[in-house]
Amino acid sequence: MNRSAIDLWVGIFVAIGFGAIIFLALKVGNLVTLDSTPGYHLDASFDNIGGLKLRAPVKAAGVVVGRVEKVRLDTKTYDAVVTLRIDRQYEFTKDTIASINTSGLLGEVYIGLDAGGDSVMLKDGDRIGKTQSAVVIEKLISQFLFDKASGGAAGEAAPVKTVEKPAGETKK
Amino acid sequence: MSAELTAGVAQWLRRIGGAVTGAASKLGFVSRFLLAVLWHTPGAFRRMHLTLREIYFAGVLSLVIILMSGLFVGMVLSLQGYETLKRYGADEQLGILVALSLVRELGPVMSGLLFASRAGSAITAEIGLMKTTEQLAAMEMMAVDPLARVVAPRFWGGVISMPLLAALFSAFGIFGGYVVGVRLIGIDAGAFWGQMKAGVDVWPDVTNGIIKSFVFGIAVSLIAVFEGYDAKPTAEGVSSATTRTVVMSSLMILALDFVMTVFMFRGASVI
Repeated sequence: MNRSAIDLWVGIFVAIGFGAIIFLALKVGNLVTLDSTPGYHLDASFDNIGGLKLRAPVKAAGVVVGRVEKVRLDTKTYDAVVTLRIDRQYEFTKDTIASINTSGLLGEVYIGLDAGGDSVMLKDGDRIGKTQSAVVIEKLISQFLFDKASGGAAGEAAPVKTVEKPAGETKK
Repeated sequence: MSAELTAGVAQWLRRIGGAVTGAASKLGFVSRFLLAVLWHTPGAFRRMHLTLREIYFAGVLSLVIILMSGLFVGMVLSLQGYETLKRYGADEQLGILVALSLVRELGPVMSGLLFASRAGSAITAEIGLMKTTEQLAAMEMMAVDPLARVVAPRFWGGVISMPLLAALFSAFGIFGGYVVGVRLIGIDAGAFWGQMKAGVDVWPDVTNGIIKSFVFGIAVSLIAVFEGYDAKPTAEGVSSATTRTVVMSSLMILALDFVMTVFMFRGASVI
């Protein structure tokens, strides 16, 4: 094999190799999370962040506008303080509400931002005032059971009896 | 009786000690060998056609096996992943399963193993045979350094080829997964690519995969050229050196993969 043929084949090999890397980077992976994209930081404190993870998406109307960058515990108020990194091209009003949502029952946990009507915009380092904590399923279930139990003790003893009565009737 | 026992224990200890010092001295030899190869790298790159020739032999000629394996691994991953994901009604997540397993683990590891057996063994056999037929000694007689002329181009040919081969393996695997998942099973193409794009990050997933394959390239190439250079100059010596290359590089790839995975994806998976 002469030298120019080898050069050609190596050139083809390197070209398709880099093509594969570019394919992996652009078509398979997303570049949104690259720290080099210009952005600004917002803080938000929650009573409970549930299963929120670092680098979880921040979405407004379903569009990813940033990522969760830091999660820490405020030792004075015992709230979770979440630092969000928002793309510079997106601005949010001062009365924006941040809530922790789950996409589907088993889906990923993300922070949703709902912009309000204020004319003043949030700046780098600002804190989002209104937040809504994560819904913890166990708490929800226990609350539901507790309500059911206390409701039954107060005045809903009758349905239990109606269940017993037909059973007795069928015996006779 | 007791004298015999102490002699037996001493013999046993001596054997352990010999094995340890042998391994340590070999490790030292390998390290010095690597430094020598790196030292001769500028000389090897000055005659670029030598390195290009080795990229041709190690990379271009490995393309067929790498691409075919990638395609089949991706197809089988898609088929098996679908069976499991279907039970949880999460079959739309197939794209992310295929892409993450290929980009993070299977791409670098499988192409590293294939590269070790396809190209690494050939490099060892070639250098070992050059040593057996005293071509290396003849080069030294002609004041041509075999490290610069023979070893360094082969080392760099492997190091350069390996990340490209791993990326091609992953890309073809994802294509194979797409063919089976979307064309054969009938998952929505938009969900396949969309979930994949949402779940795979360029940093850390794709970048760490490339770093892994680069490290594997260094490990396999170093083991291959070293075993060839260190081979006993007999027919048996060359054959056992070739075997050692494949065994050692495979073990090295799997061990290094575990260590690198622990450090690379610890943050991503725990927090």
